Amino acid sequence: MSSCLMEGNEAVAWGALASGCRFFAGYPITPATTIFNTLLKIIPPAGGICMQGEDEIASIGYCLGASMAGLKSMTATSGPGLSLYSEQISFAIGSEIPLVIVDVQRLGPSTGSATRGADGDVQFMRWGNSGGLPVIVLAPVDVADCFVLTMHAFNLAEEFRCPVFIASNKEIAMTKESFDPDALIKPAIIDRIVSNEEKFFPFEVKEGCLVPQFLPIGGKTLVRQTSSTHGDDGYITTDYNVISRFQNRLKNKIDSAAGSFAFHESFIEEEADTLIITYGVTARAAKAVYDEQKKLGRPVSLLILKTLWPVPEKLIRDKAETANRVFVFEMNMGQYYGEIRRILPDKKVEFLGRMDGRLISPRQITEALGNG
Amino acid sequence: MDSLLNTGRPPVFCPGCSHERVAKALDKALSNMGLTGDKVVIVSDIGCSGLFDTFFNTHAFHGLHGRALTYAAGIKLAKPDLNVIVTMGDGGIGIGGAHLLAACRRNLNLTLLILNNFNFGMTGGQFSVTTPQEAQVGSAFLNRLEKPLDVCSLARSAGAPYVSRCSSYRNDLPDEIEQAVRFEGFSLIDMWGICPGRYTKRNKLTPQIIDESLAGNEPFTGVIKENLRKEYGLHYREIVSGLKKVSPPAGINAEYAPPEPGRREVVILGSAGQRIITSGDILCTAGLTAGLKVTQKNDYNITVLRGPSISEIILSPEDIGFSGIEKPSVIIALAHEGVDRRKYLFGNLDENTLIIRIKGIDIPDTQATVFDIDLKEQGFKIQDWALASLAVMARLNKVISFDMLNAAIKHVFKDKILESALNLVNRAELKKRD
Repeated sequence: MSSCLMEGNEAVAWGALASGCRFFAGYPITPATTIFNTLLKIIPPAGGICMQGEDEIASIGYCLGASMAGLKSMTATSGPGLSLYSEQISFAIGSEIPLVIVDVQRLGPSTGSATRGADGDVQFMRWGNSGGLPVIVLAPVDVADCFVLTMHAFNLAEEFRCPVFIASNKEIAMTKESFDPDALIKPAIIDRIVSNEEKFFPFEVKEGCLVPQFLPIGGKTLVRQTSSTHGDDGYITTDYNVISRFQNRLKNKIDSAAGSFAFHESFIEEEADTLIITYGVTARAAKAVYDEQKKLGRPVSLLILKTLWPVPEKLIRDKAETANRVFVFEMNMGQYYGEIRRILPDKKVEFLGRMDGRLISPRQITEALGNG
Repeated sequence: MDSLLNTGRPPVFCPGCSHERVAKALDKALSNMGLTGDKVVIVSDIGCSGLFDTFFNTHAFHGLHGRALTYAAGIKLAKPDLNVIVTMGDGGIGIGGAHLLAACRRNLNLTLLILNNFNFGMTGGQFSVTTPQEAQVGSAFLNRLEKPLDVCSLARSAGAPYVSRCSSYRNDLPDEIEQAVRFEGFSLIDMWGICPGRYTKRNKLTPQIIDESLAGNEPFTGVIKENLRKEYGLHYREIVSGLKKVSPPAGINAEYAPPEPGRREVVILGSAGQRIITSGDILCTAGLTAGLKVTQKNDYNITVLRGPSISEIILSPEDIGFSGIEKPSVIIALAHEGVDRRKYLFGNLDENTLIIRIKGIDIPDTQATVFDIDLKEQGFKIQDWALASLAVMARLNKVISFDMLNAAIKHVFKDKILESALNLVNRAELKKRD
């Protein structure tokens, strides 16, 4: 057996390179900076470009330009930088620009605590855009996830032509961990579908498809990209039928595919009364509790969500089917708890959150469950 | 060459708007250069200048207010051969000020056409960064309170190698634009014009007045000699072409057996400058040499050489779930800064925890087993205490063996540093302090 030692941020960077990422731009911010540091070492020698933007707005703007010119692109930040990304995220959603955004969450609100972990941006990633159309958010639990989910994030960004978030957390991003690189289950690389039509309309979708085909800016065929409400041709439109069709498609292309990328781990015990639902670094403490309770003959079930948005509703309903009680643990004041309650109106759903920079410990979980 | 104007979408500016002249001059310049539409991208943002991309049969990218230069940079870096023309208004220059400064400093081969008409035409004639203080605009008295910006002086001081200021009514505007596009680096033309829809409703401005104002201002006619230098993209590719590909870190094989079973937690409490993080790395690597799973969390202030530095390491034959430390097997107390930050740890310990304490470091009351050692007396410098303490721990066969430590040091260090590190751990003695 052979193991590497890496922190989550380094694994994100290597995962990005393995996905074919050839453009990165970011602005230094703890605890995301080491993604930039790592990519600056590895992307340029691989023929790509790594930039330090003058601010976060610029960094994501460079990525949007580079992505439309055909390069797989990524940016990384933390809460304060994500705030500045907002207008450009809306652009990427509405104009279908593939992009991976890593949010290494730190304790907020605002500048908060740069070196303390949290999962406080879970709703912000979903709703921090004008228009409220869906995005994809994946949440890693450990270093191996940081690598593999980053690869999935690139694939999903390419396939659905939308921004895809990695909801990391300082506690994963800056914790070094051993992992076996040969044991990673890496997905096959997906690239955006390139058009070979003679007459190209940048936002036209083929029969039975929900995502337009792509051509890069700078190629032989002229390509238009615009942040304005547009028709198939990429020109501004006021036709409400066209607009309505377009908005519905942007919603449906993600929502209708939600079941195909509901990444998760589940440990369902038949005789368990309680199902724990959690994600991110908290899943590690929950797994320790699951193991311990099983050993003690008082089993609980555990569902670890790795796709947070779109909410994997069917998965959650299926896994919760036999549980009488559902307990949600997360490093915030209850952001995903609301989603679970919405999906499981007939269940007793309880919650424990923590937002003080410390991890939720196995002991806290056990006490909350009343199994201590 | 043929015109690149989009005949299906002719310019739709207000009657008398100088932007239309600029659109035609840009088309003339591009045609004169013999460029086809696929060799050009027009990048625009918000405001009337943001209509430009729709009037041309070229590649087009239209984005958010003041951000055109950011998209343009990404496109140019990805497609170095493309002619990237950016159109922005005086509004965009204000809100995108940081991007203008960055573009000037960076010197990527973009051409920025500033359609400067001294107000926000599209939103009702509010004041912009170039509105004269005496003008009557849509922001009531506010523009009287703020000094207008000289974009060209700013660009020069920010490092732009090509800056030109001219009237949109110049007959040779196509030539002026062509020169800027041909320039190998960042070029900017500050084109003064008239907004009949808003600005000249309440202010007198004619092509002649523009000429007179320009004559009264410092002239900018293109190349800024002191700022001439290598183009950014060219320079970037030049530097990068010499870089060697980086391989992912190689895995470390398991060769040893750990001295103790089960999960072991170690906390190294020191101060900045004591090589705490490096010692944490070594301890983790030692774990890998025994096939253990490891995690390492570090805690330090932003200051260098001052304040606490802490490394928390877990080694376990099982997968490590919870990565927090609640009951450490070993605490290494090297400095009061680190001890102070984790003082809450000490009260909960029992005799199963070993504290390796360096002489002179006070620790809170504890039930843990304390092993006192005087590393100073053994001749160790303070920055070597952490590594020497690992040697002590390994000699005691706690958490790691001495073989594991030696193997880890060989993985982490090279050459002279390796030699001195091996020498260092060999010198550390178990001799207890009296």
